[in-house]
Amino acid sequence: MSVQAIHNERIDSETGKLGMWIFLFTELFLFGGLFLVYAVFRAKYSADFHHAAEELNTFIGTLNTVFLLVSSMTVAMSITAIQKDDKKLALFLVGLTVLLAGLFMMNKYFEWSHKFEFKIYPGSEVLKNLPQGELLFFGLYYMMTGLHALHVLIGMILLLINIVKIKNGTVSSNHYLHLENSGLYWHLVDLIWIFLFPLLYLIT
Amino acid sequence: MNASENGSHVSFLEHKGKYKGILSWLLTTDHKKIALLYLYSIMIFFFVGVILGLLMRIELFKPGETIMDAQTYNGMFTIHGIIMIFIIVIPALPAIFGNFFLPIMIGAKDVAFPKLNLFSWYLFIIGAIFGVLSQFIGEGSPDTGWTFYVPYSAESSTNVIYALVAAFILGFSSILTGLNFIVTMHRMRAPGMGWFRMPLFPWSLYATGWIQVLATPIVGITLLMVIAERVLKIGFFDPALGGDPVLFQHLFWIYSHPAVYIMILPGMGIVTEIFPTFSQKPVFGYTAILFSSLAIAFVGYFVWGHHMFTAGISYGSRWFFSFLTFIVAVPSAIKVFNWISTMYGGSIDLKPPLLYAIFFIFLFMIGGFTGLTLGSVATDVQAHDTAFVVAHFHYIIFGGMGFAFFAGLHYWFPKIFGKMYNNTLAYAGSIVIFIGFNLLYFPQFIIGLQGMPRRYFDYLPQFQTGHQLSTIGGFILFIGLIIMVYNLVYHAKKGAPAPSNPWKGVTLEWQIPSPPSHENFEEIPQIKNHPYFFGESTGNK
Amino acid sequence: MKNEGSHISSYTSHAVVLIALLALTAISVAATEWHFGAFTVGVALLIASIKVATVIINFMHVKHESLFIKAMVSGVFVLFAAVIVITFIDYYLR
Repeated sequence: MSVQAIHNERIDSETGKLGMWIFLFTELFLFGGLFLVYAVFRAKYSADFHHAAEELNTFIGTLNTVFLLVSSMTVAMSITAIQKDDKKLALFLVGLTVLLAGLFMMNKYFEWSHKFEFKIYPGSEVLKNLPQGELLFFGLYYMMTGLHALHVLIGMILLLINIVKIKNGTVSSNHYLHLENSGLYWHLVDLIWIFLFPLLYLIT
Repeated sequence: MNASENGSHVSFLEHKGKYKGILSWLLTTDHKKIALLYLYSIMIFFFVGVILGLLMRIELFKPGETIMDAQTYNGMFTIHGIIMIFIIVIPALPAIFGNFFLPIMIGAKDVAFPKLNLFSWYLFIIGAIFGVLSQFIGEGSPDTGWTFYVPYSAESSTNVIYALVAAFILGFSSILTGLNFIVTMHRMRAPGMGWFRMPLFPWSLYATGWIQVLATPIVGITLLMVIAERVLKIGFFDPALGGDPVLFQHLFWIYSHPAVYIMILPGMGIVTEIFPTFSQKPVFGYTAILFSSLAIAFVGYFVWGHHMFTAGISYGSRWFFSFLTFIVAVPSAIKVFNWISTMYGGSIDLKPPLLYAIFFIFLFMIGGFTGLTLGSVATDVQAHDTAFVVAHFHYIIFGGMGFAFFAGLHYWFPKIFGKMYNNTLAYAGSIVIFIGFNLLYFPQFIIGLQGMPRRYFDYLPQFQTGHQLSTIGGFILFIGLIIMVYNLVYHAKKGAPAPSNPWKGVTLEWQIPSPPSHENFEEIPQIKNHPYFFGESTGNK
Repeated sequence: MKNEGSHISSYTSHAVVLIALLALTAISVAATEWHFGAFTVGVALLIASIKVATVIINFMHVKHESLFIKAMVSGVFVLFAAVIVITFIDYYLR
């Protein structure tokens, strides 16, 4: 496996991908800490968690899951397209991914503002009067989905940069590491959501 | 082999890059210059930390208030801890010696991601600035201790948020360094250098890298949760809202215990390089040392609970964590035996680096054995939160990592700066540091067992002798540090030119001129031998 | 270097994976109606794990990556599971 040092401006694709994977592990463990907290409180207050989860709208949650799953496919397909040198299709697919990400964020916005209308937000009076388990559930809900939404935004920015790079040819069928790594990042966003969705929305 | 003779050699320090002057440093992507940036900034912060420590020692010279009030003292030990742990001990060895020598020792021209490497340094500086700022601005310096235990850290009206942000950013910098090193070792080893021909300092960085990558994010999210706790009143750790403070301790130590191995493993790697060179003999038990590094990293990930024996965790888990803690002692002991066996029968040349390395073994063993005292549940209940713990971790962290750092500094100084330091001063410095160190920390074992609590600003008169010895030791140590730093700083400019291989080392960094050129190697070396091959007559396999 | 990791996945294979993922989502949502009692979370997590594995193997191309990446990815999940289990040694035995 020993490989010579290749010293040019472009990092070779295996090296870049390895770095990205290791970075994704750190992201997984970042969320991992929250999952651990969730597990502990869920074990302690299962009835409260049950009850609080009913407040969440399963339909919106499912819809968002579908958005992210489809976007995961489109970004995977965009890599196939760029490998086949189909620039137009690649642009379309990356654009579609960004659009789906935008829809996800829009949904999230409506969901959160709906909660805010009912004065369910961290530190609110309504929340303080709820049973302790429910208070912790909403704390986790905001922390987890908030951190996730931040990652969605970062992913969108990365993908938008790719649109520019595909257009000006920096990302092409010869060199598409940037698109591959952004894709990996986007899949991670999807992975986290796949766990968040049942844990927050489906435990009623 | 020795390009410095033929005059065409330009060292990395004189290399003309794209930028001139200060920018040639601030915008460099050369791993060697980045290492020096780390070296200089860490040395500055180290002296800030040392002076805070000395001020605390002066305060403890007599019972009652001496030079500062209790709240100032609380701030001092917190900032001393944060600076020493997050700004110096965790990053120093990987970021300075790892950056400088990892690529050279594996025969590469740079790390895998040079720009990311520079970015890590900027993150480090930003984090460090936040850490120091927290001492001076706003509501007064944080007083939680470097461990940020809740619920107090969620309530304290001091600048805890700055300190939390500092630790978060520094953690991120540490992750990126670890990531960079892992990828470098996977992708950039010179042709012929299989995994089992890689020297042991890179191997220790490999084990360290994985801990940095896989443990640091947990503390990152934990610190974010404490910030959320303070700002948004979420209540994860607040019993009044149903939260659980012990959960914080779990999360914190899931990172911070492995962090101890981030500190010590590269130190072990450095002395592993030093023993063969000054014994002129291949390292004893290459494979054993290598796998003991990996074993320490792996098992060390699962022992975090031994910091919590008195925090109210279950009996079963105390048993579990105590057992695993004793298991970690095994690979550590394997290393000690291997270092000593490496010296056995060698032609030993007691140069300053070797002297430091021997001090390292001595102090590390005292720290290690007292660690077993604390790893056993029954004795830990007695010694927990006493000066005994303070003495123990200073023996491991300062006596271990710190002395390994000094050893590495003296070992690689000629290579880094291309100059020799004064041997007499180096011996004097090391011996004064050693004496001062022991006088500073050993009495704390004794007063700790007698019941002197840690982090107390005042104490009963019966502990006074111990504290006074300790303070005197602190000043001796400080004088030793001054001698050492003077020797190194003065001779980095004015010293006699160093040959390319002053210690007759055999690893790759000694095969190139001192200081190395910008690209390290004129041509990429071909590796044909084991890394510690001292020639046919010395019993190599 | 170019031959490694340059496997081109077909559009149809991606579409098939998506259909599988959507089906699993549907099952997961429907399963909440059936009430498995104590196993509800278990079932939901099992389905989620299958989905995650599907995404990693197919969309993230781990199928075509080196053995090292495969080992690393699975190792990381095992490590995280170990951390949860060890923490629960404390919480369950208290």
